[in-house]
Amino acid sequence: MTALVEVRNLSKHFGGIQAVDRASCSLHEGEVVGLLGHNGAGKSTLIKVLAGVFPADEGQIIVRGEEAKFASPRAARLAGIETIHQSLALAENLDAPSNLFLGRELLTPWGTLDVDRMEHEALEVISRLNPNFRDMKKSVREMSGGQRQTVAIARALYFNARILIMDEPCAALGPAETRMVQDTIRKLKAAGIGIFLISHDLSDVFEVCDRVTVMKNGAVVDTVKVAEVSQEDVLAMIILGRKPGKE
Amino acid sequence: MQTWLAKAGFDVRFTSLVLALALIWLALAIATEGLFLSPRNLYNLSIQTCVTAIMACGMVFIIAARQIDLSVGSQMAFCGMLIAFVQAEWLGAEAPYAWLLSIAIGIVGGMLLGAFQGWWTAYRGVPAFIVTLAGYLMFRGAAFLVADGQTLAPLSTVYQRIGGGIHGSIGPAWSWALGALACAWAIGQVVLARRSRASYNAAMPPAWADAAKALITCAALLGFVGVVCAYPDPGSVGEDGTLVGKGIGVPVLILIGVAMVLTVVARRTRFGRYVFAYGGNPEAALLSGLPTNRVLLTLFMLMGALAAVAAVITTSRLNSGTHSIGQMAELYVIAATVIGGTALAGGTGTIPGAIVGALVIQSLDNGMVLMDVSSAKRQIFIGLILIGAVWFDGLYTRRQIR
Repeated sequence: MTALVEVRNLSKHFGGIQAVDRASCSLHEGEVVGLLGHNGAGKSTLIKVLAGVFPADEGQIIVRGEEAKFASPRAARLAGIETIHQSLALAENLDAPSNLFLGRELLTPWGTLDVDRMEHEALEVISRLNPNFRDMKKSVREMSGGQRQTVAIARALYFNARILIMDEPCAALGPAETRMVQDTIRKLKAAGIGIFLISHDLSDVFEVCDRVTVMKNGAVVDTVKVAEVSQEDVLAMIILGRKPGKE
Repeated sequence: MQTWLAKAGFDVRFTSLVLALALIWLALAIATEGLFLSPRNLYNLSIQTCVTAIMACGMVFIIAARQIDLSVGSQMAFCGMLIAFVQAEWLGAEAPYAWLLSIAIGIVGGMLLGAFQGWWTAYRGVPAFIVTLAGYLMFRGAAFLVADGQTLAPLSTVYQRIGGGIHGSIGPAWSWALGALACAWAIGQVVLARRSRASYNAAMPPAWADAAKALITCAALLGFVGVVCAYPDPGSVGEDGTLVGKGIGVPVLILIGVAMVLTVVARRTRFGRYVFAYGGNPEAALLSGLPTNRVLLTLFMLMGALAAVAAVITTSRLNSGTHSIGQMAELYVIAATVIGGTALAGGTGTIPGAIVGALVIQSLDNGMVLMDVSSAKRQIFIGLILIGAVWFDGLYTRRQIR
């Protein structure tokens, strides 16, 4: 089976700093791959390259067997890669429908914004994720953390993402909201969507991930199946950069 | 009172602005023994407000996108000179359609100035504050160079009407018709809003509040028409020898057109949505793949075009082009925009707010002239008003967040 997305020997540096150093990883249909590592290990840079925010210096990104080059976030989205950034990338002054369709607005035949249809569609996809969230007129500023997260996830889902990147989706959430996000991840997985999950919380990762890719100093330490390792093994990979089973 | 107003469906900020305007008018009417509220003065005020208000409508977009344009006054001067040059030097004032062509050239000129500023800001990353401060100097200099510092006059007789002077208004019949149409539209808007809210089962403001809102709007509209029709036009004589009222001035019509178009742009076009999204969170705009550079470039071009429209009205009123028009206009325009509720932090602002803001600034200016306050003192006072408005903006925003 060809991978949904495969990264081969990807490098990216900013000035003298090698942020990502010949990193490789892959993601298959219905799979959740955790991306782990310390702050500054290169996870965020790697996913920003995948999301089309920065171009790669070297290496390849292969989407469903074909090499892809993303000149902009728009290009990555067209290839079916949706990203939920840690900052959520929401315009706080706008309401949920405006944010959901930001950059991909639905238009009337006259070329103006189809505000009513966008509100209707937004309500549909958002209330499917979170049945209690029905007020489409309030601005993001007035929303709870969970509601903001819902808008960000809904934005990725509405456009039929096949590949989803989630950067610390639970970092700012309470326990109940974290469970909501984990349930959502399982539902998406069941629907055949591939997910890259960046997280600091190891128990979180062991809860939902199939495999983990650990990074240190910009390079990939190793990729392992979650079922075959313990949390201590993964911790050793993160902190010491040591592969499991090799003392 | 704040929550009470909000419950009744009134925009608290806009309502308090209108109330402030009413208080200012009352104070000025008392201070000038009623002269301020005479039809003649109110007609003049409506014309004076237009120049500031038209540019303030564009400044709403600029400030909502976290930018600033300090050069609008200089842009006005350059565009005005360009227009006057086409009419007075190149084609001749009375050449057929010369006035129309001159307006087109003026607007294109304004857009080019805007494109210059927008390019440096968007594609070269120089802060708008610096770029437009440079533009403030450069465009004023360019305006001087157009005719080597000379005043160009006279301009076309048709063109002179645009400024709202002699024959520069549409007379009572058309004015009342337009006023009635505007009232019908305002009532229709309220009814439509209620109907759409009902169909979505959304919270509904009480019927009396909506009725009051419609009533106040209609009273203001018809009151305005009544006042400008009560000002006898010295240039026209009716059938029985008496003077006919002036009615709505042409600049006011231009302002209404600009305001309507820009309101639609703000609410119903991608460009408007992107401007507000960028102002709300530039990083989100970038990560969402919005064409932010192109939006900023277009933004400054729009401002340039509006400065050119303001230049058309000003040169038409003066019946000449001089390089000194639009001095301090940037201050009045930015003050009007901020008083009208556009937050300097970006992301919020409305066109009607900016127009009422312009009305506040021009009322104070106009009233102080009637009271014989020297221009030096007027400058001090307007400056203080600007600080006060920004202070209030900060106070209000902090209160919203809490």
